[in-house]
Amino acid sequence: MTHGTVLLLAIFIPAGVTFLIAALGNRPNLRDSASVLAAVATFIAVLMLLGPVMAGARPEIALFEVMPGLLLAFSIEPLGMLFAVVASGLWIVTAIYSIGYMRGAGEKKQTRFYICFAIAISGAIGIAFSANLFTLFVFYEILTISTYPLVAHKETPEARAGARTYLAILMTTSIGFLLVGVVWVWNIAGTLDFRAGGILDGKLDPSFAPFLLALFAFGIGKAALMPFHRWLPAAMVAPTPVSALLHAVAVVKAGVFTMLKVGTYIFGVGFLSKTGAAEWLMWLAAASILIASIVALTKDDLKARLAYSTVSQLSYITLGVALANQMGVIGGSMHIATHAVGKITLFMCAGAIYVAAHKTKISELDGLGRKMPITFIAFTIAALSIIGLPPMGGAWSKWYLMLASADAGQVAMIGVLMLSSLLNVAYLLPIPARAFFAAPSAMPAHSLGAAAAPDNRIEEAPLLCLVPICVTAIGCIVLFFAIGGLYEFLLHIPILPETTP
Amino acid sequence: MLAMIEANLPALQVVLPMLAAPICAVLGRGTRSWTLTMAVVVLTFAVSVSLFIATLDGATISYRMGNWAPPFGIEYRVDILNAFVLMVVSGIALFILPYARASIAFEISEERQPLFYSAFLLCLTGLLGVTITGDAFNIFVFLEISSLSTYALIATGAERNKRALTAAYNYLIMGTVGATFFVIGIGMLYMVTGTLNLADLAQRIVEHGDSSTLRMGFVFILIGVGLKLAMFPLHLWLPNAYSFAPSAVTAFIAATATKVAIYVLLRFMFTVFGFDYDFQAATLRHVVLPLAIVAMFAASIVAVFQDDLKRMLAYSSIAQVGYMLLGLALLSHTGLMASVIHLFNHAVTKGALFMVAGCYIFAAGTSSISGLRGIGRDMPWTTAAFVTAGLSLIGLPLTVGFVSKWYLVLAALELNWWPVALLIMASSLLAIVYIWRVVETAYLQPSPEGVVRKEAPLWMLLPTWGLAALSVFFGTYAALTTAAASRAATALISASNMLWQ
Amino acid sequence: MEELLFDLGFVLTHYNYWMFVVLMMTGLYITVSYGNLVKKIVGLNIFQTAVFLFYVSTGKIVGGTAPILTDDPDAVYSNPLPHVLILTAIVVGIATTALALALVVRIRETYGTVEEDEIIALEHEMDAAIGGER
Repeated sequence: MTHGTVLLLAIFIPAGVTFLIAALGNRPNLRDSASVLAAVATFIAVLMLLGPVMAGARPEIALFEVMPGLLLAFSIEPLGMLFAVVASGLWIVTAIYSIGYMRGAGEKKQTRFYICFAIAISGAIGIAFSANLFTLFVFYEILTISTYPLVAHKETPEARAGARTYLAILMTTSIGFLLVGVVWVWNIAGTLDFRAGGILDGKLDPSFAPFLLALFAFGIGKAALMPFHRWLPAAMVAPTPVSALLHAVAVVKAGVFTMLKVGTYIFGVGFLSKTGAAEWLMWLAAASILIASIVALTKDDLKARLAYSTVSQLSYITLGVALANQMGVIGGSMHIATHAVGKITLFMCAGAIYVAAHKTKISELDGLGRKMPITFIAFTIAALSIIGLPPMGGAWSKWYLMLASADAGQVAMIGVLMLSSLLNVAYLLPIPARAFFAAPSAMPAHSLGAAAAPDNRIEEAPLLCLVPICVTAIGCIVLFFAIGGLYEFLLHIPILPETTP
Repeated sequence: MLAMIEANLPALQVVLPMLAAPICAVLGRGTRSWTLTMAVVVLTFAVSVSLFIATLDGATISYRMGNWAPPFGIEYRVDILNAFVLMVVSGIALFILPYARASIAFEISEERQPLFYSAFLLCLTGLLGVTITGDAFNIFVFLEISSLSTYALIATGAERNKRALTAAYNYLIMGTVGATFFVIGIGMLYMVTGTLNLADLAQRIVEHGDSSTLRMGFVFILIGVGLKLAMFPLHLWLPNAYSFAPSAVTAFIAATATKVAIYVLLRFMFTVFGFDYDFQAATLRHVVLPLAIVAMFAASIVAVFQDDLKRMLAYSSIAQVGYMLLGLALLSHTGLMASVIHLFNHAVTKGALFMVAGCYIFAAGTSSISGLRGIGRDMPWTTAAFVTAGLSLIGLPLTVGFVSKWYLVLAALELNWWPVALLIMASSLLAIVYIWRVVETAYLQPSPEGVVRKEAPLWMLLPTWGLAALSVFFGTYAALTTAAASRAATALISASNMLWQ
Repeated sequence: MEELLFDLGFVLTHYNYWMFVVLMMTGLYITVSYGNLVKKIVGLNIFQTAVFLFYVSTGKIVGGTAPILTDDPDAVYSNPLPHVLILTAIVVGIATTALALALVVRIRETYGTVEEDEIIALEHEMDAAIGGER
């Protein structure tokens, strides 16, 4: 098989498997195994490409021409490879987890759920591998549409309202700003291909660069840059696996990945730093980091707190782009991986708590750590990773982002990053602390009619939920020690224009 | 024999449906008259396809009606632009008719059906005649043939809702005023030039030079055609006419009648008056452009608040006409291209949407949106067609709507009119609102108690899906439409540039 | 010749065009302002007839005779084409009037009135009835 074929397989296995899932709708066991198998197959296909890409190959394939000059085409570079590995790898974990969760929580319409899930993964990998901005936009919208039924899954009025906000903000930004930005680029550059060093240098009047960048920064609503972050908390009405994969990994990471891609391959880091077009974006990202963290502090709902934490963490990556140097890009891309692994663990823990104990509020978690030790240990590990303490993976991405700030001469940004870490401590660590150390709720008889005496029997979530949590929690630690390889890999992201020999 | 048919193709295009119309009226039974109509429509479509192929390379076919030499005799003149429109009109008819069989049998009593098909054929005759003829007065005559039969067709909706009568009456008054304005305009051109042949008019207008008579002629024609194409604020007849007409009629006239009027406008503005006629350019930029933008917003906002699906789509049509007018008011090659593409794209998309509305009326007896709760579960195929065409109306990538938006925005950005570009996108966000309101009601709201709804019959479903599929097909493979539109725009511009310079 | 602000001669020699304007405006006014559906049609007819006059006027050539071929080689003929066009337009106008009257008959049968305001009131009642069911 040529690399091009494998590339297409990686994108279209998840899309193709939807037919199988639909056909097996009446046989839950077969259907769910089909979903897991597809996840594994996709991951294998992505891994088959990893080797060649690390060796310097750039597999590419063009499907067809949609409009004159606009091709639906794919090509892989290190950044996209990283995103694809993260998305497809975590899909396996989530696929297994969702079986446990969806059955444990007794959700309806599971077939529709798995179908939309698979399409969303297709969309995410399509984004990762797209060779030009047009292809990226196509898959970006596919991702938006396919996740809408997932967010609205429960079909309650709250779910509908949340899904409406979700769709409204993502569509508004993508059609209202992003598409205009894309057409603008096409108009001045005559191409939409991602090229090393960008395609705008010498074609775009530097005084317009900040406006074009704004169209992208706000247009990529999935990056949840303030003030277009509202969809992320709204989407938390979705079942937890959706929140976990899509809103900690696929959707939001598709957003920041697009930011990175646009910053590196459309504008070009050199162009951005030369013109200072991204300076405002840096400050906005910094504000977004801090404000979202503070908002997170005020949230009692566990998933809402995690959602705001995500808003804050995503802006790290936007900040990496805005710093406009190589370290920033590396730190940003690294954060895609480390934050994904950390945040998915946190979300899956939240889901496990819901399935096992039916708790969604942080204030209700007192003493729960003794019943669900594994869940909360995993939660702690992941929280430490998000905060950025060694020996967790998150430490490195923050480290490189700080290096990037220093490189760019933005000392204030180092301060922002440090302050943000403190805020992370303040909103994340109390959760396991309460669970482990606080006395169980003083109320003798809970509304559910639980016994008055605190019992410390282990009541963990189903095994299918627990295993994925452990895997990703260990992943947080592994990332810390494996970072050297990742760094080497990310150094291959071309920053400067290729010099033609 | 074959050579004779080939030589007389332009005449056959109009004569076939015209001769069939009276025969149809005396056939006496619905099935028989339907069969005849279907056969004629198939032939008509075949003729228009062969005309399109013949003109695709830029050739112009000139046909002398009754062998009288132009400019004295009536000339049928086919170039790429009107061959394209002919194909759209007859193609839409080809999709509507199979659909009409069941839909009309449901909505109109048996003894009136032959008359209905007779009026339908007359309407088709008129629309094709307007498009194919190269004689200004002949355009008026055919325009009235199509309009008069349209009034009658709309009035046949009275069997379901008596308001169809007043809708038809109001349309008649406004349409006749419009047609008479159009005639006055032609009369003024005739005063100035002494000719009615379009090509001849173009030459003589330039020889004559600018004058107040010419300007008045232009204004009368603009207003007259503006009434026919529902140019805001001359659109008042449209919502009622579309809402109360039988579903098949609504789908047909929504997809064709306004498009043909747009064609007439294009033809007069660019072939007759000339692309660089100063007075026209000023009118377009200072009057038509703002009106188009207002239409895009005002009509879309009104659409958001409609409860009746057909009425909502009718207002959406007014907004979409705004896009076409905007494209031509930009006065650039890309702008014209956008208009011509959108003419086709909107015909396909809106045709499909109105056909879905008809399916709902057939199966659920209502087209009120609040009556469609949960219909996505009872009529999955119909509703899926609605979503597909709806996404196209919004303008998501890989649908035809995206192609239109792309070229419109590109045209605006080429002129550096970025506020217009942003406004275009902002107005399509309103389309998200009104389309998604229906989608949400259809899928996520519980069905009303005790309502039995079955999927629409296959003969209605297939054409509906045919158009919905076309809207995706020409969105993913837009090379054909863009090439045709680009050549049409080039033809319009190059002919007139020679005139005034 | 000095420029005149108000060239009486011009106005008088073009009196047919002035009549066209007056008739056209009258017709349009009746069509727009009258509430009776039949009167609207009458207005429409006046409006159309005005246009017929306009066309025929454009075909007139001063000193021209009827366009019938004579033996006189110097004969000046009026332009026959507008007359022919207007024959067609008259047919279109009659068809329009017939259809409009047919519609009015149907409206009268179903609504029981041909007054626009009463019809609108009836339609509002229908809307309210539909709204009430919901």
